[in-house]
Amino acid sequence: MSHGSSRLPRSAGRTAPASLPPAGLPGMDARFSRLVEVADGDSGRPVTWHLLDNGAVLDELGVTPVGTMLCVHGNPTWSYLWRELVGAATDAATTAAETGSGDVWRVIAVDQLEMGFSERTGIERGLERRVSDLSALTATLELSGPVVTVGHDWGGVVSMGWAVDHPDELAGVVLLNTAIHQPEDRAIPWPLRLTLQRGMLGRATVATPAFLETTLALAHPSLESDVKNGYRAPYRSADRRGGIGAFVADIPVDERHRSWNELERIAAGVRELGVPSLMLWGPRDPIFSDTYLDDLAERMPQADIHRFEGAGHMIAEDVDYAPVVLDWLGGLDPSTGSGELLAAGGLLDQRRSPDGAGGGFDTAAGGLLDQRKGPLWSVLDELRDSTDLALVDMKPRRDVSWKLLSTGVRQLAAGLLRAGVQPGDRVSLLIPPSADLTAVLYACLRIGAVVVVADAGLGVPGLTRAVRGARPDHVIGALPGLSVARAFSWPGQKISVATLPRATALALGVRHSLPELARLGADESLPEPPSASAVAAVLFTSGSTGPAKGVVYTHAQLEAVRDALASKYDIGVGTGLVAGFAPFALLGPALGARSVTPDMNVTSPRTLTAKATAEAAAAVDATVVFLSPAALANVVATSDALGAADTAALAVVKTFLSAGAPVPEALLAAAGRLMPNATPHTPYGMTEGLLMTDITLEGIRAAADDAAALPEGEHAGGVCVGAPAGSVRVRIAGLDEHGMPAAEPSEQSGVTGEIVLSAPHLKQSYDRLWATNRIADADSVSAESVDAPAERWHRTGDVGHLDAQGRLWVEGRLPHVIVTAGGVVTPVGPEQKIESVLGVGRVALAGIGPRGTQQLVVVLETDPPARRPALADPELGAAVRHAAGLDIAAVLVVPVLPTDIRHNSKIDRTALSRWAEGVLSGEKLTAP
Amino acid sequence: MRVLVTGASGFLGGAVAREIAGAGHQVRTFQRRPSGVVGVDDSLGSLTNRADVSRAVEGMDAVVHLAAKVSLAGEPADFEAVNVEGTRTLLGAMRDAGVGRLVFVSSPSVAHAGASIAGDDARPADPQHARGEYARTKALAELLALGADSEPLRVVAVRPHLVWGPGDTQLVERIVERARAGRLPLLDSGAALIDSTYIDNAASAIAAALERVDAVHGNAYVITNGEPRPVADLLGGICAAAGVAAPAWSIPAGVARAAGSVIEAVWRVKPGADEPPMTRFLAEQLSTAHWFDQRRMRAELQWQPAVSLDEGLRRLAAHYGTPSR
Repeated sequence: MSHGSSRLPRSAGRTAPASLPPAGLPGMDARFSRLVEVADGDSGRPVTWHLLDNGAVLDELGVTPVGTMLCVHGNPTWSYLWRELVGAATDAATTAAETGSGDVWRVIAVDQLEMGFSERTGIERGLERRVSDLSALTATLELSGPVVTVGHDWGGVVSMGWAVDHPDELAGVVLLNTAIHQPEDRAIPWPLRLTLQRGMLGRATVATPAFLETTLALAHPSLESDVKNGYRAPYRSADRRGGIGAFVADIPVDERHRSWNELERIAAGVRELGVPSLMLWGPRDPIFSDTYLDDLAERMPQADIHRFEGAGHMIAEDVDYAPVVLDWLGGLDPSTGSGELLAAGGLLDQRRSPDGAGGGFDTAAGGLLDQRKGPLWSVLDELRDSTDLALVDMKPRRDVSWKLLSTGVRQLAAGLLRAGVQPGDRVSLLIPPSADLTAVLYACLRIGAVVVVADAGLGVPGLTRAVRGARPDHVIGALPGLSVARAFSWPGQKISVATLPRATALALGVRHSLPELARLGADESLPEPPSASAVAAVLFTSGSTGPAKGVVYTHAQLEAVRDALASKYDIGVGTGLVAGFAPFALLGPALGARSVTPDMNVTSPRTLTAKATAEAAAAVDATVVFLSPAALANVVATSDALGAADTAALAVVKTFLSAGAPVPEALLAAAGRLMPNATPHTPYGMTEGLLMTDITLEGIRAAADDAAALPEGEHAGGVCVGAPAGSVRVRIAGLDEHGMPAAEPSEQSGVTGEIVLSAPHLKQSYDRLWATNRIADADSVSAESVDAPAERWHRTGDVGHLDAQGRLWVEGRLPHVIVTAGGVVTPVGPEQKIESVLGVGRVALAGIGPRGTQQLVVVLETDPPARRPALADPELGAAVRHAAGLDIAAVLVVPVLPTDIRHNSKIDRTALSRWAEGVLSGEKLTAP
Repeated sequence: MRVLVTGASGFLGGAVAREIAGAGHQVRTFQRRPSGVVGVDDSLGSLTNRADVSRAVEGMDAVVHLAAKVSLAGEPADFEAVNVEGTRTLLGAMRDAGVGRLVFVSSPSVAHAGASIAGDDARPADPQHARGEYARTKALAELLALGADSEPLRVVAVRPHLVWGPGDTQLVERIVERARAGRLPLLDSGAALIDSTYIDNAASAIAAALERVDAVHGNAYVITNGEPRPVADLLGGICAAAGVAAPAWSIPAGVARAAGSVIEAVWRVKPGADEPPMTRFLAEQLSTAHWFDQRRMRAELQWQPAVSLDEGLRRLAAHYGTPSR
């Protein structure tokens, strides 16, 4: 395009030579900056690029790179964006030069022409030209493979254009918040729409630094002002900002745009790339939202994905991405030239799908497949003609037979297919525990749709983040859920539980209802069942330990959960089951149990009463009762209201479980007294592995006696959660003096460290959290032969130890480990000792100050509760110090400790530490 | 070793002289008044007098320099003359006499710009941002001393924080007197975490620095008990040991700082008067955290505190004759 027809101000056409960046920009190393002259386009006239290149430094170090990362910035940034990556790769090369081990990567980060410190030629370059510009540069540099392209924003598109044109050199693709295709049904993002408006473009992008400043303001947290100045450095005047305007003008808003065809060509080409790919995404991006990630993931199904919750468009500033990229590169085998994945060793299986896209560890390994006891719906099939009771809803009371449930599941399954729900589609279920939820859940599983289940306890913002991140294709919900979905523009086709009035359905964007789907599927025509290794569900963690993560389960793994529960608690066809704990409730029909959810407010488990529990037990003649720990205290507190019939119903119960978080022995005992013929159990598990160890009330008492008999100082304390359940294996990755877990976990007793678990019923992976999976799966090994089958291990983030009897003791969470000058302290043991002080309620031990020289702070509740936060009086302080036997800097009393909703027991020690740090440095003494 | 201890008539200086003499060294002291320490030679004189200083360092192997003008208020020129120029004179005299070792006793306030310190190691002295004349001049003096560090003159700086104990007129007596008069408020909630140093620990740490100076010269170390406590707990503990009521009322730190500034200004034109009841420096000290990373110091000086905070308070109670609780 000649400049005559440009929509940009005249200043955009000014020319200026390339230059080196000024000295002193934070994070920049002048050794990497160089200018390179290249013959430009058809004219062949020389044009000069500025780029960062660590090649010369690698030569000095005397190391040979295995490949090159070719990094392309977007608009309106420059190679400054990649400074951390250049630095980290060079640091790694230095280490490699010293130790002789580790891969060395050359990094070339360009300033695109008209951008950064590259030449201003006065030419308005479109996408096609930019792609060929980059090729001309790499030709001049005589860059040979293997090359991994790295791109951000519109630089992602340019880098993918290069990738498509250089298949022989290409070894991999890394993308950060970018887009390759504008979905037809989506408007282009509003910030760009605004900028592209007639009259706005030149003013926003060239004449003023508005576009630049808006982009810099997208960082979370805000950029330091010297870093902002680094980004501003090449764009200080309108003369220098022509490229910014030209980039925005080059956004192909429709097919008449000159760059449309080139974009379409690249978008089609990336489908054929087939090289390992890594997508790092900041979801808080008003421009490149998750929609674009989904589009890219669909085009590059082999991609490893990590979504950094909380990060946004300036992801390269928001998170420490460079180590993740280098770690990922470590798994490539660039020597094959075309970027084949490492064919041998433990990485292969992890690499294929640590983001949960599918595949991954073959759970068939180790003979699991042979033991498969049938799909999750097998009992529903077996009992399809049984009029026996399968399910009871308490409010309103509704008794559902196996026949009715089984028919409902098959009809819904067929109906879902007809409504466009495909195998592999993700379906978010926003339905309270009920027969409806159960039926639609099994219908989804039957057709191979992936159910997405998030706990209402996450709250609306948490739930919205979770659902968006899980990118459901369909949302099935009751009215409240659908209203929220509408209000927060959740993605996906909407299906209502009940038939809604037409106007309501229209307003909420609801296309179908379950009754309608059942009619649609009346012929019960069903597809082939999904394979055992297909993804079955994404369950969200409680969010009590950081942002909620989506946990991916395959069918085989959910079946293994079912089988573990069945064998541990002797649950089978005909068992009456009160399911007061959501994750287990859903497995009732798979177990063949006659199940009921007691009447309670699902968003607040602590509203469950003893009476409601007893009535639920009576409804199914329950012999097994599962309750959430949050509900337990209220059940005990309301036991006075139990009548004779209630007491009789509870007397039938044989097994009683409090699942989800450890409960104090006294509470378990009190709950046990309501069910005098039941054995109280408390299992240890997590969303990632629902039943890992188990202990009975009697076992807890025995463990306490054993611990008390140990010599002083030989017992690290903690909560005893019992012996491994069934085939579960437990190892401990011992903590070093910095509080970091060792690389090699062991089964040695008495060693405190991170708890590492293996079981057939562990999760598959975390959804779109590649880097998190790398950590969690660090101990897994893939099958090498029949004699050395695959082992899946999960790093729990919990800290504890094994005792001499093989029982596991939990001592806290890994991030809550305190490292004092005197050594590593885990919180739970001291907390328990302090809780024994008269008048003390719940206790949290927090660490403040720099790791390694942290001070211990006790924050506690008293009985009766304090009215406002305060320092403990000297007597209480002395009693606490005496009980803990530790050097405690401060004891603070608060009215109530902050906890999560789901368990009402997990104290957020990280937040509490921040609070204590503020208070103890002289900030106002507010409530935590 | 023949060791000169300056400022041995003070609370800490006396303890240091006793500690070093007790370790078998030959100790001479230097200050205007007799030290009152048994078993040492007193060499009386003033730091501002070159001849006095030269005479004192003559024949010594090492100097432990504690003498300083310590006060919360006063004429800047007085601080300058004693703390800065006195140190300069001492360094000159040591060079002339060929005395090769100096333990410069400083204060954490030389690197404190008013914000909270939570677990930091010793930072370089910063006279520009130090609060108050004492801290500013001690910062200048520490820079002078460490600047003189060399093979022939090995200098180490140690900064004990909030030294207290039986017989302490600086801190303990002021707290107790004010509390007895009902004039000791807490600032804010009194939750600011503050580390302190029991007198015996301060003395033994300084003695350790003297033993280790050849290995660690050129460095500065903060010395504390390593047992930070909320300031209210610390003051309460001292009051309880002295048998007086703990402070029961509090004023906002912001008010105290502002009041401190005003009072300082008034005191400046009231020469000869007693110390001001509140200064901005003191308000900051009592309302922000002050605790330190002790790992490097303990490792390099090969020293551990022998007296815990609780044991120190018990000894203080015994000193006051307060029955134990």
